[in-house]
Amino acid sequence: MQLILFWIFAILMLAFGLGVVVLRNPVSSALSLVMSFVALAALFVTLDAFFIGVIQILVYAGAVMVLFLFIIMLLDLRSEQTRRLNLAAWTGGGLVIAGFVGLLIKVIFTLPGFNFEKPPISHPEISDVAMVGLALFSKFNLPFQIIGVLLLVATVGVVLLSKKELK
Amino acid sequence: MMPTLAHYLVASGLLFTIGLAGVMLRRNIIIIFMCLELMLNASNLSLVAFSRFALTLEGMPNYSGQVLVFFIITVAAAEVAVGLAIIVALFRARQTTHVEDLNSMKF
Repeated sequence: MQLILFWIFAILMLAFGLGVVVLRNPVSSALSLVMSFVALAALFVTLDAFFIGVIQILVYAGAVMVLFLFIIMLLDLRSEQTRRLNLAAWTGGGLVIAGFVGLLIKVIFTLPGFNFEKPPISHPEISDVAMVGLALFSKFNLPFQIIGVLLLVATVGVVLLSKKELK
Repeated sequence: MMPTLAHYLVASGLLFTIGLAGVMLRRNIIIIFMCLELMLNASNLSLVAFSRFALTLEGMPNYSGQVLVFFIITVAAAEVAVGLAIIVALFRARQTTHVEDLNSMKF
């Protein structure tokens, strides 16, 4: 049962991910990316990471993609006209990507324990939000504060960048 | 039948490869930026998979991996905001988002 769900969502995620690269209209690419993120959130749920799955939908499929669509509409991008393909770039890119896939498959299948089935959790009744929160506020408290400062810096930077005339 | 670690890692690797292909082959700067997000999400998937499959001694998932994913999502959100602001500034100056038209450093 879980395996079937895994295949459904993995294939959806990869197909819509491919759509991002293949489609010519930027709006179709962005909507395809939203669907890919939703399928990825479903994969997180099959891994018992409910909190991360919900955050994925709220932050990525919600906030980040609305920002992307907003910018695409603001810049009024048309679908790209086909330009002459740069053959050298495509062959080079294809070679790098094929080499990367080969290396990846080789590494994954020499990893110890790659074919273990998913072991059951000892206390499935403990909410994972509580456990992630506990780790976030005890073990990772300093990084958490630093992330807050980073968000503040990013906000100030965006406001500065969006001013009409840059000085 | 349950999915194994290899299932999740291969799915994550393929998603990363699709993102890499997009960054290398597409020429629209916004699409390149979306493909960067795709690659970040592929790394998130492998982190969550490792956190679930490498159980701690008490038999619970290793929540450090999920906290790291939380941080990646936060940093990616900040990165998207700053990056899109830069793209808008660039578009105001040059009226294009095509990377081959942005060659003012080139002779």
